[in-house]
Amino acid sequence: MSQPHPVASQAPQVGEEQLQLLERLSNACSVSGDESEVRRIVLEQVRPLADTVRVDALGNVLATRHARQENALRVMLAAHMDEVGFMLVDKEEGGLFRFETVGGIDVRQLPGKPVWVGQKRLPGVIGARPIHLTRREELSQSIPLDTLRIDVGPNAADVKVGDRATYATLFQRSGPSLVGKALDDRLGVATLIELLRHAPDNIEFLAAFTVQEEVGLRGARVAAYALDPQLALVIDSTPAFDLPTWDGSENIRYNTRLGAGPAIYTADAATLSDPRLVRHLMQTGERRGIPFQLRQPGGGGTDAGAIHRQRMGIPSVSVSVPGRYAHTARLVARLADWQNTLALLHAALSDLSPEVLAGR
Amino acid sequence: MFELMPFLKQLISQPGLSGYEKPVHDLLVAAWQPLVDQCSTSRLGSLHALRKGQGPEPRPSILLAAHMDAIGLMVTTLEGEFLRFTHVGGVDPRILPGQPVMIYGRRPLPGVVVQPPNHLLPADNAGKPVEMARLLIDAGLPAGELAELVRPGDIVAFDQAPMELSGDVLAGHSLDNRASVAAVTACLHELQHTAHAWDVWAAATVQEEVTLGGAYTSAFALRPSLAIAIDVTFAKGPGASDYRAFPLGKGVTLGWGPNIHPAIHQAVKDTADRLEIPYQVEIMPVHSGTDAEALQISAEGVPCMVVSIPLRYMHTPVEAVHIKDVQRAGHLLAAFIAGLEPDFVHKIIWED
Repeated sequence: MSQPHPVASQAPQVGEEQLQLLERLSNACSVSGDESEVRRIVLEQVRPLADTVRVDALGNVLATRHARQENALRVMLAAHMDEVGFMLVDKEEGGLFRFETVGGIDVRQLPGKPVWVGQKRLPGVIGARPIHLTRREELSQSIPLDTLRIDVGPNAADVKVGDRATYATLFQRSGPSLVGKALDDRLGVATLIELLRHAPDNIEFLAAFTVQEEVGLRGARVAAYALDPQLALVIDSTPAFDLPTWDGSENIRYNTRLGAGPAIYTADAATLSDPRLVRHLMQTGERRGIPFQLRQPGGGGTDAGAIHRQRMGIPSVSVSVPGRYAHTARLVARLADWQNTLALLHAALSDLSPEVLAGR
Repeated sequence: MFELMPFLKQLISQPGLSGYEKPVHDLLVAAWQPLVDQCSTSRLGSLHALRKGQGPEPRPSILLAAHMDAIGLMVTTLEGEFLRFTHVGGVDPRILPGQPVMIYGRRPLPGVVVQPPNHLLPADNAGKPVEMARLLIDAGLPAGELAELVRPGDIVAFDQAPMELSGDVLAGHSLDNRASVAAVTACLHELQHTAHAWDVWAAATVQEEVTLGGAYTSAFALRPSLAIAIDVTFAKGPGASDYRAFPLGKGVTLGWGPNIHPAIHQAVKDTADRLEIPYQVEIMPVHSGTDAEALQISAEGVPCMVVSIPLRYMHTPVEAVHIKDVQRAGHLLAAFIAGLEPDFVHKIIWED
């Protein structure tokens, strides 16, 4: 009978190297359906770390690091590579394009934003009517998507209908905070790479860097089928709504709070987390003195929504780095939360044994 | 050789909110000093630069006025880890969510404008624009540190980097009116190797976006024989399609209306025709919306003209101009100045 393994491998730390990797990942453009830029970075990173690496039919990167001991659990770890963005749908005169949103985007976030268009990342802007020409009654209505255009200038022969676009936002550090686009879920991707780099010997480590999460968990579904794990951990970023309320009342719907540590999911709109895995994560945090928070049960969803229903069922749980303003041009997260997410997951994997799944 | 694009990029990378124009003022002192005979700063902070003409004294003078101030935001209150703010100049709150800003507290702090989620706003606000008083700024700092660094009244500038689009279009914040400041700079460069009889006052004015305070006081101090306000106008594009908007990259506009003296309008138009500089006449039925409104009624009155550069998405952080239009404005001003006869001032008369 095997006991939970003492920490065999060194616990991973977030240092300059990890921050530089996160910066590259955040600045890369990978709107759902065209994850190639992030995939190139992921492949470059995981090839030296994994025993096997392949890219599947949908574009997921599946990397395996075998256990170094007998009777190891097959554990899937998933983080999605894609991000929300735009697709150009119609060309008009003078470098103007109509566009649609890809993934959950609030149209109120669009006016006045620069964007990068296509794989060459050509610059463009989403403008708005000058306030001088705006009638008072218009101000009470959101600017409709069908009146907005991506403007790439009059001479952009390389831009065409079907191209994707994302917010042109460069990653920034600000005091204790990390600010960038697509940190949902590049924080997860960067975490998964570091976990693989420090993979504990007691588990069969099955890493899935998934595609098309933002448009329906498509990559995770087929990745879970292919990897056929005994349990799954999904690493994502979940909203922190820890803002003041408009009337000064107590904010009881904060979902998560920045600075309070990794957010463990019990329930979201797509998944009821496996209680044994929730318990294991909480006990690990308490035992190791790693701060964590429980995400308020509610809406939203992660790759776990597709994974837990795959094959004959896969016990699953999600852990997120909390972040404010997901799916906008700038997400704000805390470095300490990322560090603690990495620490909690690494410890939880190191302490994982078949006993965790015994009973309910 | 004066390169307009890098200079304009540099100009819009400096903050200079109305009333707080010093950073852009200082940059312009460095850029203009070698091109003029003297530089001075007005009591309100406008930059005055004199390039003397070669005509007999007493020489008439022309004032080129381009405002250097820009719209922006200002901190009103601190609320935990967040700031609330108001606006300086005309800002549509619908363009604010998600914008990067620089907060000029005890030191510059990057931040982002935040639209709170629907469930933290009044129920009837869902899906609707969020008014400015309910937006926040997040500087990514803990409450204690924020309170040490930021106070109500601190200014907040847009912090979007300049972006070159295809076909010589530059996008960024504050191109209203740094594009015109760049055009005046181009004009001063051209005058280095052009004879001109008149004295030329180049003024980078303050506070156009709020009170026109710079234009009133500069015209009073300098008492020019005539004045041209250089500003931006609406370019045709998304959200601007009627007679008030002009094609981007197809030339400058020459203002026509009660702010403008018809004789100067005609003389500038003649210059443009002679040099084949493309232009369109911009009709300004009551207000020109430029410094000319103040220049015209300073002291005993100044005959005025308005030359404008078409610009898309005015008063957003992604304003866009065609660099050729900026060049054309500079060239037209220099050519007009070079063509001013010493006695032109006597021709600015009402032919009734």
